[in-house]
Amino acid sequence: MTDYNDLIFEISRPGRIAADLPKSDVAFVDLARKFPNHLIRKTAAELPEVSEPQLMRHYTALSNKNFGVDNGFYPLGSCTMKYNPKINEDVARLPGFANIHPFQPAQTVQGAFELMYELQEDLKTISGMDALTLQPAAGAQGEWTGLIMMKAYHQANGEGTTRTKILVPDSAHGTNPSSAFIAGFDVVEIPSTKDGTVDLEELKKQVGSDTAGLMLTNPNTLGLFEKEILAMSEIIHGVGGLLYYDGANLNAIMGKTTPGAMGFDIVHLNLHKSFSTPHGGGGPGSGPVGVKSFLAPYLPIPQIEKQEGRFMLNANYPLSIGRVKGYYGNFGVNVRAYTYIRTMGPDGLRQVSESAVLHANYLRDRLAPYFTVSHAQFCKHEFVLSGIKQKKLGVPTKDMAKRLLDFGYYAPTVYFPLIVEEAMMIEPTETETKETLDAFADTLIQIAKEVEETPELVLEAPHHTPVKRIDEVQAARKLVLVYDKSIEK
Amino acid sequence: MANDFRYLPDTDQDQKDMLAALNISSVDALFADLPNEIRLQEPLAIPAAVPESILMKKMRELANKNKDANRYSLFLGAGTYDHYIPSVVDHVISRSEFYTAYTPYQAEASQGELQAIFEFQTMICELTGMDAANSSLYDGFTAIGEAATLAIRSTKRSKVVVSKGVHPQGREVLTTVSAGFGYAVDEIKQDGDTTDLQDLIEKVDQQTAAVIVQYPNFFGSVEDLAEIKAIAEAQKALFIVVANPLALALLESPGNLGADIVVGDTQPLGLAMSFGGPHCGYFAVKKKYVRKLPGRIVGQTVDKDGKRGFVLTLQTREQHIKREKATSNMSSNQALNALASAVFMSALGKEGIRQMAQLNIEKADYMARLLEEKGFSVNNQAPFFNEFVVELPFSVRQTNEKLLENRFIGGYDLEKEYGLRNHMLLAVTEQRTKEEIEAFVGVLEGMINDRLQ
Ligand SMILES: Cc1ncc(COP(=O)(O)O)c(C=O)c1O
Repeated sequence: MTDYNDLIFEISRPGRIAADLPKSDVAFVDLARKFPNHLIRKTAAELPEVSEPQLMRHYTALSNKNFGVDNGFYPLGSCTMKYNPKINEDVARLPGFANIHPFQPAQTVQGAFELMYELQEDLKTISGMDALTLQPAAGAQGEWTGLIMMKAYHQANGEGTTRTKILVPDSAHGTNPSSAFIAGFDVVEIPSTKDGTVDLEELKKQVGSDTAGLMLTNPNTLGLFEKEILAMSEIIHGVGGLLYYDGANLNAIMGKTTPGAMGFDIVHLNLHKSFSTPHGGGGPGSGPVGVKSFLAPYLPIPQIEKQEGRFMLNANYPLSIGRVKGYYGNFGVNVRAYTYIRTMGPDGLRQVSESAVLHANYLRDRLAPYFTVSHAQFCKHEFVLSGIKQKKLGVPTKDMAKRLLDFGYYAPTVYFPLIVEEAMMIEPTETETKETLDAFADTLIQIAKEVEETPELVLEAPHHTPVKRIDEVQAARKLVLVYDKSIEK
Repeated sequence: MANDFRYLPDTDQDQKDMLAALNISSVDALFADLPNEIRLQEPLAIPAAVPESILMKKMRELANKNKDANRYSLFLGAGTYDHYIPSVVDHVISRSEFYTAYTPYQAEASQGELQAIFEFQTMICELTGMDAANSSLYDGFTAIGEAATLAIRSTKRSKVVVSKGVHPQGREVLTTVSAGFGYAVDEIKQDGDTTDLQDLIEKVDQQTAAVIVQYPNFFGSVEDLAEIKAIAEAQKALFIVVANPLALALLESPGNLGADIVVGDTQPLGLAMSFGGPHCGYFAVKKKYVRKLPGRIVGQTVDKDGKRGFVLTLQTREQHIKREKATSNMSSNQALNALASAVFMSALGKEGIRQMAQLNIEKADYMARLLEEKGFSVNNQAPFFNEFVVELPFSVRQTNEKLLENRFIGGYDLEKEYGLRNHMLLAVTEQRTKEEIEAFVGVLEGMINDRLQ
């Protein structure tokens, strides 16, 4: 099955179709009479022509060449690849959710508004914030939304032109500096100390009247809790800056603490991570943004509100940053997150974090003797190993990652965070069994042994995947981004 | 802690064993680094957990509070459309190998996803007439923002001009984006149902990075891209076209009419309306801009044995490598929706998509003629695709209430954004039958008759 190597264009034959359109029951319209000639398409778009069974077999064959959480362990650090509950999918597909139009009159979509309103309330509680928008489509869009609000706030205070800098630790995810840049800020990188947390002395040196804010995820991308968070909050707030929370790592602290309690002013949440909605090969996601009350007027419009038991949209916020995405965000993803939160309740969410953290520490403890542990203290929901020992033996981390694929595991995140050499970032999540953690640990340990004994086995991995090692250099050098008949398969 | 929750596998014994291995007596020890001041003292104040069987019932009740397009006949479009979605689409995207995966960082374990996206990119290029496309952006409106930013960054100019015929929400997102990044947005008036070309000529100058128009525009009318291209080109501004991909089955591709960037939303191609999301932004460019494409791109290459394979490519433009110098901050995208649209395009194929587009034209045309016959006036002067504007003798709100009583969901009110009182934007897709169209028009007629009496 995995030998299948056809493109849908190659199995296409003129005259086949896998859809069933109704015959027209109204008068024929001759395009040539309706549209000017130069606006009529002359050559049809070369879309594939296949029958329904062919189509199903094609995509089923492709799915068999793809690895998801339902296939096995997916320890991709920072991405929180936890199990995606099936009820979430069923609920999102109910016609009352899937088949409603965003511009229907409010009285015809009260159920959708109610769900959105309640989800907002839940997320406010979970994040410790006072107001929230569901509009952003993913984490990075949430970051940018939050930063634009930060900018609007400083502008309203007459400091729009002076507060130009966003401080970002060197351990931050790449989206943080990138979002800051497109929100029109200058990015200042703050180094971490040897123990992996933000260097407070450096932070103090960098802050000033030009500081718009600090972007931080806590626990940070090394999986470490920034213990000095209250001190940081004081430093930033002391100069009139704001504290932004990258909520990608919320899975470690749900029910234990909140970004609000830590002093953050703005938070985005990655519902597709912490709240178990599938990320579908790269998305969709959802990145709601919560703020403390003094920032509520800047939230994107419209906002969902409840008045006399009815839910309605309110766009009457003159200080709002405007709109960041179409309609009400990724509603279907939000339905899944809402369903998940209802499934877990307060105790469940706390246990999620406790188990996620226990699993990460247990796995780290098992692997520590064989690799280089980036930092000695307990970690939160993820941890970073360094493959520097193995690199010295001639086998870089990327090759160990490829070798893992041979054993039916997805690989950890590699070469991130950038501040750890030969980084391997592992996030087991709460939904894996101890047996899986043990088997994975055994496998990685075996790979470490292979590095010493039979390095070529690792260097040439993977051996058991549908394709062998992919040539990335050729892909970038000889760009082929669309189907080209002339290239052999 | 153990076993109360079906997604959490730890037994008491598992927990004991793991704690013992870590030499600690309770999980709390792992949270000892949380300062006391920030610890929650109480459980989160959210509703208690609900068992699956009861939850499913509750969720059905909640969903049933909405009047959905399965039970009501929908004539509302304005950017989101009720189209036929072949069954295969949901069957494919429900395969958990696809939907429970993430961004294919390890190509060898993700060939299925990578190939499907490569095919998606190809199909988008076929429809738009462009050379390269990415693997999706959040939606069509955010894609407009990304396109404008690309134009600003590559021309080093200071403003973009956008036609008022571009979806109001697209223009709103663009305004937010531009305010952050720091460039100006000039709006071009409408001349009736299409872009006012005189106004365009006056506003496009040497500081204009791009001209942005929609095809068909928000009123459903097909803009003359050739004329607009000439105006943009005269000032060396990029030409950005926001296109409904279904309409491109029959309309000349923007690529052939001179577009530098084509963006839009693939919602008409197999995506549920889902109250406005998740949909899927597409982004296609001419060769010259390939390295400036925002988001992820899949490229074809070979494996070690020379066998064809696929991989994410040009990653050095991306945020995880380039950080603040990246082409975009995009990380998660809408890949699963892109897959759905690829399945849709494969299902309809070269002929089917044309048939579907033709049906849309015919149904909309039929309804517009019928309305005119009954004495209503249709505003569109330019040819339109599956949407048009009708003027009513009543408020749109009043009309929609009456329609709702008759199980119709009526059109979009054009007063707020365009100052057009009593003007309704109607969408007629292939899903609407002749009977539905006639019954809908019948309700409007009835309203007039009631008033005359
Ligand atoms: C720490 C961190 N911040 C931000 C993001 C961006 O989130 P998204 O991919 O949803 O845009 C991610 C995930 O990619 C992340 O891991």
